[in-house]
Amino acid sequence: MLCDQCNERDAVVHLTQIVEAEVTQLHLCEKCAAAKGIETTVAMPKHPLSDFLHAVQQQATPVIGDQTRCAYCQTSLRDFRATGRLGCAQCYTAFEGALRELLRRVHGAARHRGREYETPGASMGPVAEVDALRERLQQAVAAEEFEAAAILRDQIRTLE
Amino acid sequence: MMLDLSLLPDGGMPWITASGPHADIVLSSRVRLARNVAGFAFSPRARDGERLRVLQQVREAAAQSPVLSRSVLLRVDEMTANERRLLHERHLVSRELAELEATSARCGSAVLVSDEAALMINEEDHLRLQVFRSGFDINGAWERASALERELGEQLPLAYHQEFGFLTSCPTNVGTGLRASVLVHLPGLVLTQEIGKVLTGLQQMGLTYRGLYGEGSEVVGNFFQISNQTTLGRSEDELCDHLSRVVSHVISREAEARRVLSRDAGYIIEDKLWRAYGTLRYARSLGADEAMNLLSGVRLAVGMFLIGGLSVYTLNKLLVFSQLAHLSLAEGRALTEIEANLARARHVRGVLAAEAGEA
Repeated sequence: MLCDQCNERDAVVHLTQIVEAEVTQLHLCEKCAAAKGIETTVAMPKHPLSDFLHAVQQQATPVIGDQTRCAYCQTSLRDFRATGRLGCAQCYTAFEGALRELLRRVHGAARHRGREYETPGASMGPVAEVDALRERLQQAVAAEEFEAAAILRDQIRTLE
Repeated sequence: MMLDLSLLPDGGMPWITASGPHADIVLSSRVRLARNVAGFAFSPRARDGERLRVLQQVREAAAQSPVLSRSVLLRVDEMTANERRLLHERHLVSRELAELEATSARCGSAVLVSDEAALMINEEDHLRLQVFRSGFDINGAWERASALERELGEQLPLAYHQEFGFLTSCPTNVGTGLRASVLVHLPGLVLTQEIGKVLTGLQQMGLTYRGLYGEGSEVVGNFFQISNQTTLGRSEDELCDHLSRVVSHVISREAEARRVLSRDAGYIIEDKLWRAYGTLRYARSLGADEAMNLLSGVRLAVGMFLIGGLSVYTLNKLLVFSQLAHLSLAEGRALTEIEANLARARHVRGVLAAEAGEA
């Protein structure tokens, strides 16, 4: 079958148009179809992360400033916007408002409806957490980040 | 360190047996759960010491689990590039954990492999539990993954938020942390040019597709990995059921396409597929993508009962064992591309000759 448009090349795109209950069939070659703006090739879906980063970057008026940092791992909202990765579990609390909006865009929902979980009562958790916090405290002091160090010190006290 | 996966049944690939439902169209079903251990920065942000402590805690927790205590721990961070590639070719570790292009993997990265699960440690998340099943069996994979995850979660404090669920490094995985995927072979839909419609339909149904090796991999050999795109706002059962329903529709579309092909283009298809078999059987040099595409043709021929005496199990093994790291291991040295093409053709010829009873 030849293309309805150019009558030269083989028609490869068969378009059924319905305009006000009237059905018309249009047979086009790849070139004429492309000229009409009809997509003929199957595009690979974009990397979900790049879609997601796009959503992050599109986000209007962040609830909190880009410079806000997670007290635990020092990741800032700007870092997150650049990499698409959060630094630690506490980031979800630190950037809660901005994330809630973002999750709604990405997942169509912002509330977990799957399996619920309760942290086991074992003492191992907090002890390990205090160790990790101590390590971060030492690094913060060495880097002269005293504000962060003060927050970490308070977190250690609370856990102890 | 010499990597010895022979200790594991099927070398850590329970799916390779082709014993599951619809195994001629569906290679494997997989459920992956992303989890993080509370109290540590996520792996990419964590310091070496933190990652090693995570590894230690996971080992201790796994020792308490009846299934995982029988697994083998492989320290990916102590492996050579070829060994890491080998694990990747077996789908046991992701591209990210294998760090294929780097001289060494990130400190603390490891994988615990048992006969039914692979637990990646210190990937993008501290824990990535994967359960594979042969053929189309998402629910079976989910049930097993769920049981193993509960065992781990009772031993290890996991990062969990009342509103957002299980917390992950990338918010695209937050909530259930569940990615269910099915690796399907759809040559019928590609040849009848129906594939575009099917793939667009998948995306409209909230699913996504990738190539044979998941994220960032190209579609080769008509293999598509179909998976859920979102992880938050729906329960694990809902996510798995939805994927199963859509995939079972895709399987029947593929079967229908194969019927149409044999009805409308019988001898053309038969000729094309036998030529693929002939090339694999006698070629002296085979490129990686070329072999994948020819194997795709032969797989279709076996599914359409055009070529007999060749099992899907053998084809599954060829798919994995004709890849670069496996060939290098068999030859005992690193191979250049030309050497690999020669070794690949030799390997495929040998296997097909043996299967035809001529070796």
